[in-house]
Amino acid sequence: MTLLIQYTLIFASVLLLVALGGCFSEHSGVINLGLEGIMVLGALGGALAMKYVPSSVPAVVMIFVVSLCAILMGMLYSALLGVAAIHFKADQTLIGTAMNIMSTAAATVIVKAINVAENPDNISSAITYTGARAAFTVRLGNFEFNWFILIAVCALIISNIVLYYTRFGLRLMACGENPQAADSVGINVYKMRWAGVLISGLLGGLGGIVYITAGVSEWKFEVGVAGFGFLALAVMIFGQWKPKRIALAALLFGFFRALSNVYTGFPFLAALNIPSTVYNMFPYIISLIVLAFTSRNSAAPKAEGIPYDKGSR
Amino acid sequence: MNGKDSFFRRPGVQTFLSSIICVVFGLLLGYIILLLINAKGASAGIVTLLKNYMNYPTRPAQMKYLGNTLVKMAPLLMCALSICFCYKAGLFNIGAAGQYVVGAGACLYGALSLKLPWIACLLFSIVIGALWGMIVGALKAYLNVNEVISGIMLNWIGLYLVNMSLAPVKELASPYTQKVAAVNKAALLPSMGLSSLFSKNQYVTIAIPLSILTAIVLWVVLNKTAFGYELKATGYNKEASRYAGMREKRNIIITLMIGGALAGTGAAFLYLTGFEEWSVTQSSVPGMGFNGIAATFLGGLSPIGTIFASYFIQHITSGGAYLDKAIYPSQISDLIIALIIYLCGFVLFFKTVMNSRRPAKVTSNANDTEKKGGKAQ
Repeated sequence: MTLLIQYTLIFASVLLLVALGGCFSEHSGVINLGLEGIMVLGALGGALAMKYVPSSVPAVVMIFVVSLCAILMGMLYSALLGVAAIHFKADQTLIGTAMNIMSTAAATVIVKAINVAENPDNISSAITYTGARAAFTVRLGNFEFNWFILIAVCALIISNIVLYYTRFGLRLMACGENPQAADSVGINVYKMRWAGVLISGLLGGLGGIVYITAGVSEWKFEVGVAGFGFLALAVMIFGQWKPKRIALAALLFGFFRALSNVYTGFPFLAALNIPSTVYNMFPYIISLIVLAFTSRNSAAPKAEGIPYDKGSR
Repeated sequence: MNGKDSFFRRPGVQTFLSSIICVVFGLLLGYIILLLINAKGASAGIVTLLKNYMNYPTRPAQMKYLGNTLVKMAPLLMCALSICFCYKAGLFNIGAAGQYVVGAGACLYGALSLKLPWIACLLFSIVIGALWGMIVGALKAYLNVNEVISGIMLNWIGLYLVNMSLAPVKELASPYTQKVAAVNKAALLPSMGLSSLFSKNQYVTIAIPLSILTAIVLWVVLNKTAFGYELKATGYNKEASRYAGMREKRNIIITLMIGGALAGTGAAFLYLTGFEEWSVTQSSVPGMGFNGIAATFLGGLSPIGTIFASYFIQHITSGGAYLDKAIYPSQISDLIIALIIYLCGFVLFFKTVMNSRRPAKVTSNANDTEKKGGKAQ
C-alpha cells in the first residue's frame, strides 16, 4: 500500500510539472506538443549531470545541479518551438511532432556516442545513475520520500500565484485569449509567448528528470519517455488549463500509472490474473475516456495555435 | 527574365524547391553531427548513408538491396498517404503509427493464428486499421477530442494490444513472431514475377506497385472528385463547409477511417512479405508512422510528391544501417529525418522569401510595397 502511494505521488509529480509547463505555453497562445521531447532532453541533461557529478557531493548540491541541467536542456530545446512558432509562423503541431521524434533520436545518438567513446564495445543507449539517485530520496519507514514531490508542490503553488495574481501571469493569459487586444494595450505578444514557451521548457525538462529517476537507476534513451508528455497534455486538458484542477487530475492519472508498477503487491489484483500489459494500457485508456468527457466544453485559450502576426491586427 | 521569374513563382516549383532546401539543410546538419562525433570518418559516413544499396560492389547485389529498400518504402508510403490524406481535411493523423501497429497485429494474427490466405489477411488489416482510425474520428467529430492526443493514446493502446494478441504465435526461443513463410505460405503476398527483376529478392511483391497505385488513386480522388473537394473544403474552413451543406462530422469520421485503412494496409504490405517479424516485447511504437509524417511534408502534401519523398526517407533510413556501428549510431538517419520534419515547418517562410524576391530586380520602391504585402498574408 505504501508503495502504491509512493509511486502515485511521484508519477503525479511528473505529470503535474509537465502539465503546468503545457499550461503556461498554451495560456501564452502556443500549443506545445513537443513536451514529450522536452522531457526526453531534460532527462538527458539530468542523467548526464548524475553521470559526471561525483556521488559524494552533498544531496542538496546534487539535487540542485541535476535539476539545473535538466531545466537548462529543457529550455534550450523548447527554444526550437519558440523560434519556429513565434517568429516563422510554423505549424505548431508539425513542429511539436518533429521535436518529439528528434529528441529520442538525438538523445540516443548522444548517449551512444558517449558510451562508445568510453568503451568501444558498449553500444547501448543507457545511462546508469545508481549512486546519484540516492540523493533524491529519504526513507521514512517503508515510505521512500522523493524531494521532487516537494518541488512539484512548490511549482504548483508558484504557478497558481504567477498565473492569477501577478501582472506577468495575467498578461500572459491575455496573449493566449486575444493577442490583438493585448498588443493594443502595449503588451509585447512575442515576448510573452517566448516566456510561455520557455517556462514550459523549464517545467517539462524538470519533469523529464523526475520521470526517469522515479523508480529505476538506469535509463535506456531509445525508449524516450513512453508517451508521458502526452499523458501530461491529457492531464492539462482534464484540468481545464487551471493549475489546481491540473493537480487533482495528475493525482488520478498518477494512481493508474502507479498501479501498473505495483499491482503484483496486491493479493486480490494478482489473483485476477490480468496480464501486465492490461495494466500498462490503463493510463492511456483512462485518458481517452476522460478526454471524451471533458473536451466538448473545453476551456482552452481561444487564440492557442494561431501564429500571431503584428501586421494583421 | 520575366519568364524565369514566373517559373520560380509557380506553386509546384516553389514546393519542390522548399523540399530540396529542407533535405539539403537536414543532410548538412546531419553531416555536422557526424563531424562532432568523429571528424575523421564523417565524410565517408555521410557518403555511405547516401549510397545505401550502392555500397555493394556488384550489380545483382545492388539490385537485391534496392529491392529491400523498396520493400520498406511501400509501408512508409502508405503511412505517409494516410497522413497526407487526413491533413488535406485539416486533421493531423499522428495516430497513423497506431493504425499501422494494429494493422500489423491483424495481418499477423490472420496469417499465423487463423491461417488465412493473404487476401483475407490484407482485408483484416484494412478493416482493423479503419476501425482504429474511426475511433479517433468519432471522438473528434462528436466529442471534440483533439485528434493528436487521442491518436497518441491509441498508438500505445494498440501497441500493448498487439503485443498481447500475438504472444501465442511467437517463437519459443525469441520474442519474435513465427515466420509467415514457414507457418502459412498462402499468407505471403504474391510476387507476380517482380522478384526476378531484383535478383530474385523474395520480399519484392505486388505491395510496391500497389502502394504507388494507391498514391495515384488518392491524387485523383482529392483533385478530381466531389468527395475530395468536400474534404479539402472541410479542411480549409469547417464552418463554411457546414454552411455549404457538407456534413462535416461524417466527413471527419470517413477521412480518418480511410486514413486508418491506408496505414493498416501499409503494415500488411510489410509483414505479409515475411521481410520482418513482430517483436511481442517491444516497448515503443514503430517509427514507420512517424517517418510517414516526414514523407508527407517533404512530399509537399501531394500524393505524387509523397512517392518520391517516401523513397528518399527510406533510402537514408536503410543507408543508416551501413554506418560503422563502432563509430556512429545508426539512429543518425532518424535524427536527420526529424531535422527534415522540423525544417518542413519553415516551408511557409521559404515560400514567402521566394515570393518577395522578384521585385528586387525592378525598382527599390516596388520592392518595399511588395515585401509588406508578402508579409501580411
